[in-house]
Amino acid sequence: MQRPSWAPDEVDIDRPSAARVYDYYLGGLHNFAVDRAMAARAVADWPELPRIMQANRAFLRRAVRHLADQGIDQFLDIGSGIPTVGNVHEVAQAARPDARVVYVDIDPVAVAHSRALLADDPRTGVVHGDFTQVAAVLDDPVTRSLIDFSRPVGVLVVALLHFVDDERRPGEVLGRYREAMPPGSHLVISHASADGAPDRADDHQALYRRTATPMRMRTRDEVAALLDGFTLVDPGLVFLPEWRPDDPSAVLEHPERFTGYAAVGRRD
Amino acid sequence: MTEPAGRSPVGPDDPVDALATAWAEEVEGTSYVPMAADELQAHLRDLAGLVIDAVLADPPRPDAGAEVGRRLVSAHFTGPATLERTVLLLAEQLPALLGPAVLPASLALTGTLAGGYAAALRDRTLDEQEAIRRAVLAARHHTEQALHASEARFRAMFHEAAIGIGLGDMDGRILEVNPAMTRMFGHTADEFRRLTVGDLTHPDDAPSVWRLYERLLRGEIDNFRLEKRFFRRSGKEIVGHLTLSLVRDHEGNPTYQLAMLEDVSERHRLQENLEYQAFHDPLTKLANRAKFTGRLERVFAQEGPDSTRRVGVCFLDLDGFKAINDSLGHSVGDRMLQEVARRLDDCVTDGELVARMGGDEFVVLVEDSHGVDRLIGLADRVLAALAPPLPLAGQELVVGASIGVVEQAVRETTASELMRAADITLYTAKAEGRGRWAVHDPGRDEAETERFTLAAALPAAVARDEFFVLYQPLVSLADHRVRGVEALVRWQHPRLGVLSPSLFIGPAEETGIIVELGRRVLEHACRDARAWQDEFGDAAPFVSVNVAQRQLVEPALVSEIADLLDRTGLRPDRLQIELTERELTADEGAPLKALDGLRAMGVRIAVDDFGTGYSNLSYLRKLPVDVIKLDGSFGEGLREEELSDPVDEVIVGTLVALGHALGLTVTAEGVETGPQATRLRALGCDEGQGWLFAPALPAADIARMVRRGAPLGDPAATPGGGLLGA
Repeated sequence: MQRPSWAPDEVDIDRPSAARVYDYYLGGLHNFAVDRAMAARAVADWPELPRIMQANRAFLRRAVRHLADQGIDQFLDIGSGIPTVGNVHEVAQAARPDARVVYVDIDPVAVAHSRALLADDPRTGVVHGDFTQVAAVLDDPVTRSLIDFSRPVGVLVVALLHFVDDERRPGEVLGRYREAMPPGSHLVISHASADGAPDRADDHQALYRRTATPMRMRTRDEVAALLDGFTLVDPGLVFLPEWRPDDPSAVLEHPERFTGYAAVGRRD
Repeated sequence: MTEPAGRSPVGPDDPVDALATAWAEEVEGTSYVPMAADELQAHLRDLAGLVIDAVLADPPRPDAGAEVGRRLVSAHFTGPATLERTVLLLAEQLPALLGPAVLPASLALTGTLAGGYAAALRDRTLDEQEAIRRAVLAARHHTEQALHASEARFRAMFHEAAIGIGLGDMDGRILEVNPAMTRMFGHTADEFRRLTVGDLTHPDDAPSVWRLYERLLRGEIDNFRLEKRFFRRSGKEIVGHLTLSLVRDHEGNPTYQLAMLEDVSERHRLQENLEYQAFHDPLTKLANRAKFTGRLERVFAQEGPDSTRRVGVCFLDLDGFKAINDSLGHSVGDRMLQEVARRLDDCVTDGELVARMGGDEFVVLVEDSHGVDRLIGLADRVLAALAPPLPLAGQELVVGASIGVVEQAVRETTASELMRAADITLYTAKAEGRGRWAVHDPGRDEAETERFTLAAALPAAVARDEFFVLYQPLVSLADHRVRGVEALVRWQHPRLGVLSPSLFIGPAEETGIIVELGRRVLEHACRDARAWQDEFGDAAPFVSVNVAQRQLVEPALVSEIADLLDRTGLRPDRLQIELTERELTADEGAPLKALDGLRAMGVRIAVDDFGTGYSNLSYLRKLPVDVIKLDGSFGEGLREEELSDPVDEVIVGTLVALGHALGLTVTAEGVETGPQATRLRALGCDEGQGWLFAPALPAADIARMVRRGAPLGDPAATPGGGLLGA
């Protein structure tokens, strides 16, 4: 049964949470037994998973750095999860001390944790919201107070879209964000895909059905379609480690094993 | 990671660089560290420097290992493999890089590093676990607050809603009701909780109401809405607009029933009121035409072709109501209609509906009449009920009525045919002399239909001037020469040919078009008479024109005639106005004043058809008239050579004597034979009119006749011979 919009979310720590499982993969300690149990099962099936997650986190770091280098100093990180390590504001503020970041997540625990962590930083804000409720996210007072939508903004939708099933039309949702983004803005996405490891992907999706956020992996073409309306920044839509590596020679021989796509698109 | 090209694991040049490089390779991928490769290298280089400084110091400072362990953890080297590889790396590489002398210090340092790392990781773990638990608590707190706020909002909504809301379980027990619901019913919430949904039954509930309810309980439908009546605690009724919805649990099983109820009693009352107004006559409170028509149509709509059902109507119209309304005023007229309505209402029984159709027309509908007798009985009762005078405006007013009675099998007719038949039959009853009923006769109706058709065509015919005027001479019985002519109107009907006034004067009077028609006849007659006046001077015939009651009550009649005489140049003494006895005596007041006005101008007044009405001979004395025209029926008995009955002569003689005594000219109508003319002359009649002398002729023929100057209807000649024709 779909929860009516007026009903508050429940805090159910008996179910694994994607945000906390991700934290665990990254070596974080903001997680519970139920999250670690799920992660353990996943890793048993797919030992590379922690490396994939780390690659994803590393891509986020590189992408934020790139955007900051392009002059972008305001970021909207949707599906930010638990900002445990390598947070967007840390990366961005390292390059641009005045950078402002708004974190958005649907998980109430992640939101509460983020608020506690960021309480002292006036340049960051946390919004409890749903990626698909575009107007609610964009018009939230916290968003409005930190982000000036008349100037280029970096919208980060990293490792989130595979939690948005087709029924909720992620392409259209991204389109609505695009409309709010002034020219010069950038969209950063990464997306889980079965393209590199189809045999494992099915089991993995089955595993996530137990969470509040089931998974929908997409093919390269499907991911490309989501980016409609954005001009992709070099090197385009590639496997996670291939996107502007710190050390080009350090890219593994089999980047497809990091079965996830990454891209940065510019709003012209 | 591929091995960086051109680098050996341990560089000989700088032990710190060499150690940092080897270290980076060892720990790569063991933990997620949010640093770019160069940053990572720099970080480890710092740590390598610390380590080498500590073991080379004199004395060595192995405690620095604890600091290195802490800094690894704080850089997020939290994977256990990181520690394992670091310990192994240092144990192997420090002696290899710095010589075997450092071995004891190296071992001590790896020990303190492991200890510092574990302590830092334990602290970090505790901190982060505490942080995430705090986050859970905060989120829960937030959620609870949101729930409370939400609950409070819903409580408020439930309590403050203007609409009644009630929650029941699937057994029909009422669990909760809001204050609006308690106000609506007058039950307290506790009393409600002792009720079941079934207790809210009302005898008027359609069976479908409870069928829907059963389907909802079975989960076949999720909601329904309807309007139904409920009893308040006091026993009073309310009308509620009810929406009942099924509330299901997460598995979709029906769990509760939710009722929303709006009290629409007021709206219903208003609607009923409006409905009453739409279907009732405000003056008499009787049903109106719409209600009657609806009821009649329903009778026909219900019946199939094999129906044996019969239906009847009494269509009733008051006699002389217009005169009362005009002379005594509308308020008296209205009170008369109210009284008539009351009496009619008293006459009817079950299955009979009295309605006011408009004006002074009423109708009684008898459903399931079983034969005309019941209708005739009803018509008799109605006439009897209306017979006693009505005490109104300080007078005892008598009101008569004519009734058209129709009674037919439903399958033989239609609602509109039935009403048309009733209309025609009413007309017949009036034509037969008022104060009576007539029963529908299909044969007779055809003639009446023709009259109706003519009546309907009259206004257009007048507008198109389809009428012309003929003149029938009035001769002096002394010398049989033309003294005057009576103007007689004819209708040149485009399809039916020339029609006589008997076919259209009646309808013209009823529709009121007689006023305009009469005006045109007067105009024609005066113009023709003026032509004769020009040609013959004093010898010109006067023209006698009939004026109807409706014309006589027109306030402008006198001035119109004066104007007409003025325009045509006709001498007033060349114009005679004919009125029937009934018209003269029907009303007092205005008509007589009009006559006085006309006489004052020199226009003569003749009483037409004298002796056919209720002649009030003494009244005649007061009337402003100059001529009486004896009705043709009086002269009928005088036509033969040998009289069979001397009484006719006596009557005519008496009337002539009376007329002469009042100084009036006496004209005999219907003179058809020479002997008749001779006798009338002998009895003292001054003038005669009839086929013996001439039929009605065009104006030109009259002029020719006057020009010739010959006497008409020579007593010696054959009756009707010679001049007849045309």
